[in-house]
Amino acid sequence: MSRLSHTFAELRTRGRKGLVPYVVAGDPSPDGTVTLLHALVAAGADVLEVGVPFSDPMSEGPVIQKGHERALARGMSLQRVLDMVSVFRQEDDKTPIVMMGYANPIERFGYERFAAACAKAGVDALITVDLPPEEVDEIDGALQGVGLDNIFLISPTTPEARIQTIVERARGFIYYVAVKGVTGSGQLDAEEVSRSVALIRQKTDLPIAVGFGIKDAESARAVAASADAVVVGSALIAEMDKKARSGEPLQEIQIHDAAVQLLQSMRAGVDSSPS
Amino acid sequence: MTSEVTPDLYASVPDADGRFGRFGGKFVAETLMSALADLEQLYFDLKDDPAFQREFDLDLAHYVGRPSPLYEAARLSDDIGGARIFLKREDLNHTGAHKVNNTIGQALLAKHMGKKRVIAETGAGQHGVASATVAARLGLECQVFMGEEDIRRQTLNVYRMKLLGAEVISVTSGSRTLKDALNEAMRDWVTHVDNTFYIIGTVAGPHPYPMLVRDFQSVIGREARAQSLAQVGRLPDALVACVGGGSNAIGLFHPFLQDDSVAMYGVEAGGKGLETGQHAAPLSVGSPGVLHGNRTYLMQNEDGQILDTHSVSAGLDYPGVGPEHAWLKDIGRVQYVAANDDEALASFHRLTRIEGIMPALETAHAMAYAEKLAATMSPEQHIVVNLSGRGDKDILTVAAIDGIEV
Ligand SMILES: Cc1ncc(COP(=O)(O)O)c(C=O)c1O
Repeated sequence: MSRLSHTFAELRTRGRKGLVPYVVAGDPSPDGTVTLLHALVAAGADVLEVGVPFSDPMSEGPVIQKGHERALARGMSLQRVLDMVSVFRQEDDKTPIVMMGYANPIERFGYERFAAACAKAGVDALITVDLPPEEVDEIDGALQGVGLDNIFLISPTTPEARIQTIVERARGFIYYVAVKGVTGSGQLDAEEVSRSVALIRQKTDLPIAVGFGIKDAESARAVAASADAVVVGSALIAEMDKKARSGEPLQEIQIHDAAVQLLQSMRAGVDSSPS
Repeated sequence: MTSEVTPDLYASVPDADGRFGRFGGKFVAETLMSALADLEQLYFDLKDDPAFQREFDLDLAHYVGRPSPLYEAARLSDDIGGARIFLKREDLNHTGAHKVNNTIGQALLAKHMGKKRVIAETGAGQHGVASATVAARLGLECQVFMGEEDIRRQTLNVYRMKLLGAEVISVTSGSRTLKDALNEAMRDWVTHVDNTFYIIGTVAGPHPYPMLVRDFQSVIGREARAQSLAQVGRLPDALVACVGGGSNAIGLFHPFLQDDSVAMYGVEAGGKGLETGQHAAPLSVGSPGVLHGNRTYLMQNEDGQILDTHSVSAGLDYPGVGPEHAWLKDIGRVQYVAANDDEALASFHRLTRIEGIMPALETAHAMAYAEKLAATMSPEQHIVVNLSGRGDKDILTVAAIDGIEV
């Protein structure tokens, strides 16, 4: 059983909802990323989403864009993200890692070579924002070849017939994008989310994670009422950024702490969800 | 590499998936996929609808002022002493560049879709001005995304857009030029996809944009072909156009692709020289990758990060290029070359002084190569250069480079 299916099966048995933090690999610094990932797990993360920095992150709002820029300025590359996952795996062989990024760095690396490197490093699944089903065959095939999951996105604009074709191809879990817009934008409408999740559930038994627009314990709690897992990214990065700019002389671990505290409060929010 | 090219090859692209060979496609977030499908459907419905074509043609005739003349630059040709040089005068279009052909077409699509708001990205500001113009005419709300660096170097066009009632949004991410303006326009579109039509300014972006922008711009080549036959009695020996995203070039080239005797040259921005790395010439020295919704040649590093570009002309300062050009390069139908900043500036002055025609700095790149090419050809031969736009917008840039305070 893969780490992902194991994790979601365990959550189901225990009647819990999953919490999935997103951070950009290499932000605030490449040296601190592995430490940050472990700290997020300790704070209650069930799955980790690791962003691969890209020069033109077209689906990101300003907060995550800046994270990508900072990481690239510090010399991050796709290979270094893979190396970080390997190091993380030396101490944690249980928490699933989902890589999230854009097509070009992966295409440049080579799809087959990338899939093999992911498997070796201990990555479990991949979300490529700009590879919709129409363009995903190559990477999907390469990932399947090494037993990894390509994660498909469904958005509020996805027509029902298309949802059907997407879930038929999906593995691991479904990622429902809760708002029309870029990461960190928009007003979350928990009722709309719950309707859409219910619609997707009629068509698949796969777990459904919901992301975009979830920023605190309250919104996490509201979404966890219908979803199997909630994803939070911009809010964590914004907290760390705020702390980093507070002007105090800080150790990086103190910056991480800003994200850890928010994640802990969201853990409590998710666990108190009425579902 | 031109073997096995059948006559209808050029009409067969893009295929149903939006591919030009291995290039093109729809590399966008799921949220945009249904909007692209709707646009494609609408376009296929309207494309062959005589009423739509009539509306488009009438606007081009009465609002844009088409057909644009094919003007023989006799003094320039004499000065060079080679092939006869003809200029396809897109600079005489309303708003001063070829860009308006496309914005008229896309604005009609927006109208048919009932969208009340249009957005556009712009580099030199010509596409922004052309978008603001059609928005004013149709009473649509218009926001134009423009890199902070381009706002600085194209102040006249920024003010023109404001006068036309558009809001110009300064983009401060990345390299603060056209590529970043496109990112930001895409981000806006994904957020307001229900009420907004995105007017892309060149033959880039996800399918169906490269196809529909090409179709709207192909009026340039259709006219030039007929004018060449009427005025010279035969087809041109060569075509030359500058290539930023590639819309004026594809517009001129496309109706000639099946004419094997017509050589074609796309001129990229060589910036400070291809060897310096400071340029915007992905077809000359780039490699295939995925950016802004399509697979094409890109300027990128070995990690797949997009590189900063440099060109004296904001409209060519772009690290990618339309996917159809990538394909035409691979099959060998079009040659892609580069002209440096200095060469373009020299040609800007030369055309202005010898013909009394002040070209845009983008266009001056095409002129620079055309001058070299003409010199290698005979007076019995003739070249058509796409004079894609006028240079008024660049006067302050040129003055600053020449050390003159205006
Ligand atoms: C006059 C002119 N020519 C050429 C270009 C380059 O665009 P394209 O390659 O799409 O024709 C621009 C873009 O701003 C322009 O303003």
